[in-house]
Amino acid sequence: MSIALSAATEARWQKILDAYPEGRKRSAVIPMLIFAQDETGIITRELMEEIARRAEVDYLQVEEVVGFYSMLRKQPLGKYHVQVCTNISCMLAGGMELWHHACESLHLKNKQTSADGLISIEEVECMGACSWAPAVEVNYDFHHHVTPERFDEIILELKGKG
Amino acid sequence: MATTTAPPTVINAKLNGQDIQTKPGTLLINLTKELGIEVPAFCYYEGFSLQAACRMCLVQVNSSPKLLPGCTTIVTEGMVIETESPLVVEARKSMLEFLLTNHPLDCPVCDKGGECELQDMVFKYGAGESRFVDIKHHEPERPFSPVVYYDPARCILCYRCVRVCDEGYGVNALGVVNRGVLSEIAPNRGDQLNCDECGACIDICPVGALTSNTYRYKTRPWEMKHVGTTCAHCSNGCKTTLGVRNDEIMRANNRDSSGLNEEFLCIKGRFGFDFNHHPDRLQSPMLRIDGDLQPVSWSKALAAVAAKFNEVKAAGGKFGIVASNRTSNEENYYLQKFARTGLGTNNIDHARTGDVVTLVDALSGKQGKLATMADLYQTKAALVIGSDLAQQHPLLAYELRRNWRHHQARIYAMTPGPVREDKYAAATARVAFGEEIAALEGWREQLAKEPELLILFGDSIKGASLRQLVDFGESLGIPVKYVALVDYANSRGAIDMGLVPELHPGFVPSGQPGLTLPEMLDDSQLDVLWVVGANPLANRSQANPKAFVVVQDLFLTATAARADVVFPAASAYEKKGTVTNVTGEVQRLTAAVKTMGTKTDLEIFGLLGKEMGLELGIWSPDAVFNEIRQNVRGYNVTMPILATGGAAPTTPVNGKVNVETRSDLVHSAGDTLFTSGSMTKYSQVLNTVAERPGQLYKPV
Ligand code: SF4
Ligand code: SF4
Ligand code: SF4
Ligand code: FES
Repeated sequence: MSIALSAATEARWQKILDAYPEGRKRSAVIPMLIFAQDETGIITRELMEEIARRAEVDYLQVEEVVGFYSMLRKQPLGKYHVQVCTNISCMLAGGMELWHHACESLHLKNKQTSADGLISIEEVECMGACSWAPAVEVNYDFHHHVTPERFDEIILELKGKG
Repeated sequence: MATTTAPPTVINAKLNGQDIQTKPGTLLINLTKELGIEVPAFCYYEGFSLQAACRMCLVQVNSSPKLLPGCTTIVTEGMVIETESPLVVEARKSMLEFLLTNHPLDCPVCDKGGECELQDMVFKYGAGESRFVDIKHHEPERPFSPVVYYDPARCILCYRCVRVCDEGYGVNALGVVNRGVLSEIAPNRGDQLNCDECGACIDICPVGALTSNTYRYKTRPWEMKHVGTTCAHCSNGCKTTLGVRNDEIMRANNRDSSGLNEEFLCIKGRFGFDFNHHPDRLQSPMLRIDGDLQPVSWSKALAAVAAKFNEVKAAGGKFGIVASNRTSNEENYYLQKFARTGLGTNNIDHARTGDVVTLVDALSGKQGKLATMADLYQTKAALVIGSDLAQQHPLLAYELRRNWRHHQARIYAMTPGPVREDKYAAATARVAFGEEIAALEGWREQLAKEPELLILFGDSIKGASLRQLVDFGESLGIPVKYVALVDYANSRGAIDMGLVPELHPGFVPSGQPGLTLPEMLDDSQLDVLWVVGANPLANRSQANPKAFVVVQDLFLTATAARADVVFPAASAYEKKGTVTNVTGEVQRLTAAVKTMGTKTDLEIFGLLGKEMGLELGIWSPDAVFNEIRQNVRGYNVTMPILATGGAAPTTPVNGKVNVETRSDLVHSAGDTLFTSGSMTKYSQVLNTVAERPGQLYKPV
């Protein structure tokens, strides 16, 4: 195999591949992409080729999926990917102001990464956290009722963790 | 108590105020089509999976508060359908406005202009103005391969190309990448295609997003004459419609779905016509003067050959005639008559590519044993032996696949290496040439359970093994039909017209001894070698260095270069006549263009016969075909079918052929999708695609 993934990711791949019947391995493409991205942070051509091989589809079919879903990325993002929702519930509760604050305080634009590679930001659509708007998601962790002040604290914590 | 109600056999509905009845399971869009009511559609395409991507076909249905796509809605009992209500009309306008938001409106320079479905729809259903004021997203036009070009801005994302490639051809080389306004069609190798290069995606594209490099920006559809004829390349015999302007073939397609191949064409049929205007085409007769071939007039060349032929004939000398796999039935018939009655020789042969003679003999006394093209699409089961159909017989591969997709036909493939059929075959086996008959026993039980079987076999099955195959087939206890695979456009017609020493036309034993092709070449006493549309001296020489060699060809082949006289022949696209395809169906050739200085082979035979003082009869294609219909068993075909560009099945023999045939001489040239015998060299398209020369039985 041309790419080296950790044993844990390999195991997650195998588990999902085994979950589908013969001839239906295509269904595993999206989870496989996400599991690998969790580890590597980026989806490379080699990775897509490997997944195509294992899921028994053509390379182009993996490429189609990656191009379609914005959660799957061919460009590297920060170690901590900070996603701010500006969809309707969050916007009504100050999400738009929060997003502008994020951009200004970090001197970053949408989908840009800080020079040290630690933090990237993205304006996202609904994440399903409307009840706790405005919401921010850092990688897989949610933060609720985020104010600009709370946002700065979160960023400080992330920087502290390094 | 449980009651069961029989499923309904008829559905009652109302369409635009009219009561109508239809079969259960009918798609709304097909119902309207049957009734002659147009529901505009882009992504819907008969024969392929439903996509519902374009929303052009929206109609109003009482059961739904929203408009429904007619292309995926099944008509149900009591449905009230409106296809022309103000809401529907408004929806169509809006959908078109939406499709045009990012469409460049470059119709005046677009290849599709004049036959574009989007143009037609906007004209008929669209609004004159757009409310869209933003800047359009533009990505430049780009080549996917030397034949397929893509212009993303024009693409309406109907997925037709994706489906024809995947479902139709089984290649799956196209996909849709990105999302929203950035979505576009992408080829399977980064920015390039690795595929059959068939161009089906180009023809099926409703707009000018996919274009062909051989045609783009060269002409407009209405400037061309559209001539229906038969593909000049392989034995499958696809009907092709040539677009001709100023005596030049601009394109080939079969968009009207006429003919046995409907819309199917492979790269050779769709783009491989370019050999026809290759600069190396011979345009003048040539005579060897002082050791060199020099251009001379037709009369001088004809006189030289006539004098030599008469001299050799008078002296009781030896002729050898090598006939073609590509010349028309009329030419073949006339040539064998020339040889047998004009020159008094039976030394006539051609490169035999399939053992049709033994098949016909082995099936003597049985009816309806030879399959037609329609059988490939209808049979419940088919067995392919020793041929890579997708490479060697593209239409047959397509038809079997279509049969599997539409009717779940079971396909069995027994080949020496992997083939495209493996993907969907009921059973596949890797069996070396010559071992097939023994291996078949392993499938006996399974095959005998099929309701019927169609067996297609390549050149590894011939003579004794072919008789064994027929014994096997006939012992299964089910109806079995056969196809002997042959190579070229008129390989079948060559045998049917008696271009072998042992047979007269119609599989009638000649009863006279005659030299076979290798015997002619090896005969050091041969006085004349007359080669028509063949290249037997490609890798060898004739045993008698003094033999007088006459060649009729399109190009200066190796054989022509050795000739004493060369006649420039017209191509299949330049003549009238008929050819017989691999499944024994006769189709018409129509002259589409003319190359200056050439004559058809039939005319050359006629003029030469006249010059020699022979009485061989009129040499017009119609007259000769009439003679064929009267004299050749099985060729009394229905004229209206032919005249309208259809394929008329022949019914050869029904009795023992009673002849020793040289099955050992049967040998397929093994052409792939990207080769066409000696013509390969002269097709620029076939030489520029990356996949050339193609490969049979790729190692696993
Ligand atoms: S040329 Fe034929 S094989 Fe190639 S992408 Fe188009 S449809 Fe598919
Ligand atoms: S390229 Fe043509 S056929 Fe393919 S999706 Fe676009 S418009 Fe449809
Ligand atoms: S399958 Fe044969 S007859 Fe049909 S287009 Fe291709 S070369 Fe021509
Ligand atoms: S034709 Fe019905 S959605 Fe395209």
